[in-house]
Amino acid sequence: MEIGPTCHYIMGGVKVDADTTAADVAGLFAAGECAAGLHGANRLGGNSLSDLVVFGRRAGMGAADYIESGQAASELDMGEVEYAVKEALDPFDRTTGENPYDIQRDLQEMMQTNVGIIRTQREIDDAIVQLETFSERVKNLAVKGGRAYNPGWNLATDLPAMLTVCKCVAIGARERKESRGGHTREDYPKADPAYGKINFAHSSDGGHWNSAIRTEESPLLEIPDELKALLEEAS
Amino acid sequence: MTDVTMRIWRGDASGGDFEDYVIAPNEGEVVLDIVHRIQATQAPDLACRWNCKAGKCGSCSAEVNGRPRLMCMTRMQDLPEGPVTLTPMKTFPIIRDLVTDVSFNYAMAEKVPAFLPPPMPEGGYRMFQKDVERGQEFRKCIECFMCQDVCHVIRDHEENKVHFAGPRFFIRYAELEMHPLDTNDRRDLVREEMGLGFCNITKCCTEVCPEHIHITDNAIIPLKERVVDADYDPIAWLGRKIRRRPKKSALEAAVQPAP
Repeated sequence: MEIGPTCHYIMGGVKVDADTTAADVAGLFAAGECAAGLHGANRLGGNSLSDLVVFGRRAGMGAADYIESGQAASELDMGEVEYAVKEALDPFDRTTGENPYDIQRDLQEMMQTNVGIIRTQREIDDAIVQLETFSERVKNLAVKGGRAYNPGWNLATDLPAMLTVCKCVAIGARERKESRGGHTREDYPKADPAYGKINFAHSSDGGHWNSAIRTEESPLLEIPDELKALLEEAS
Repeated sequence: MTDVTMRIWRGDASGGDFEDYVIAPNEGEVVLDIVHRIQATQAPDLACRWNCKAGKCGSCSAEVNGRPRLMCMTRMQDLPEGPVTLTPMKTFPIIRDLVTDVSFNYAMAEKVPAFLPPPMPEGGYRMFQKDVERGQEFRKCIECFMCQDVCHVIRDHEENKVHFAGPRFFIRYAELEMHPLDTNDRRDLVREEMGLGFCNITKCCTEVCPEHIHITDNAIIPLKERVVDADYDPIAWLGRKIRRRPKKSALEAAVQPAP
């Protein structure tokens, strides 16, 4: 029997306000695995469920308040919508492009090799360079068949997002010069208390999935006094 | 392993046909692994519904060599030699390839009158452990709907669907009827509207259940007995007349509010 490690949870995700789960993008709310920050460097088994129960409710209330406050956009930029639709449908028009499954397999192998369980500077740098090649390949995807239940096309529309996630993971892994939780650096094997106080937040000016990514340090929230008191009581 | 021909039904509501894919299974692979590899290498637009790959979500039901199976729990090496046919569940309308529209089941689920306990007595409800355990078996259902697929009452008789809940929901009715705290009476409903009498206990549902629920023996037969007791037992009928306590009609039961 072969046994190997695998990725089963992403601790990073959309940066949200803890009370409303609102993201920086107006009108976007995120809760659960796609949101970031709640589980620190390593989620413990079972904690996802309480995350969903608590923050799912907050997301619903946050979104409802947002709608009621009248800030929500009442009309769309149809140019953006048409652009997104065109981008999603383009792979149907290409006859000579690449199979999305080939790109996904290569992307998995590359990330597993270079940004896997044990990481080093050299391999992460290599991954960041290679991800640019993947971006070029993703621009040349081709799919066949119709739009109903077409897994190849679904993958084609997922791949740009997969690349964005890979880039954020790789950049975060490069910046975090310590080992903590699910992140192990061969070249920095110890935890550094200074990194324990920050996250790395990525952003881009948007417009396109391949827009340049900016990375900055984002301080962790302080534990409120009443929660601190609870923790001390429990210990 | 050597090459295997996978004969997969491709098409949609307007029709379709079998297409052959030749592929060499790796040791230990299940049918769903093979479908995924065919998607990745030969037919990226092959539609199939799946989620957990562990036999617990009930999404990947299909018919392997004509028998309803969870694709994720059917090992290639356990299938007989020769081509393997893979078809969507026959009882439900086709969406595309191996994906069917199972909304019939959700419509039937909506018709089940909810659990209705009496007002909470002081100190809370109390139940015997045996009563607690009796319903647990039915709670194992993962809603793969293979029992519905195999049931001849609706498999070959589309017209029966309007008045037949099917094995999946007979275990739900049985569970509620056996619950000592439930006050809803669903006996007329299952007889008159849900077609319990159509079942002639061929046990096909029990045979295909991936959770090994004894659908026929532990749910359908006891449910039939209760319905018969309610409607055809002359002593019970006389008792009801004397005590002047007519049963709540099925319709009344159906509109009982949820707790």
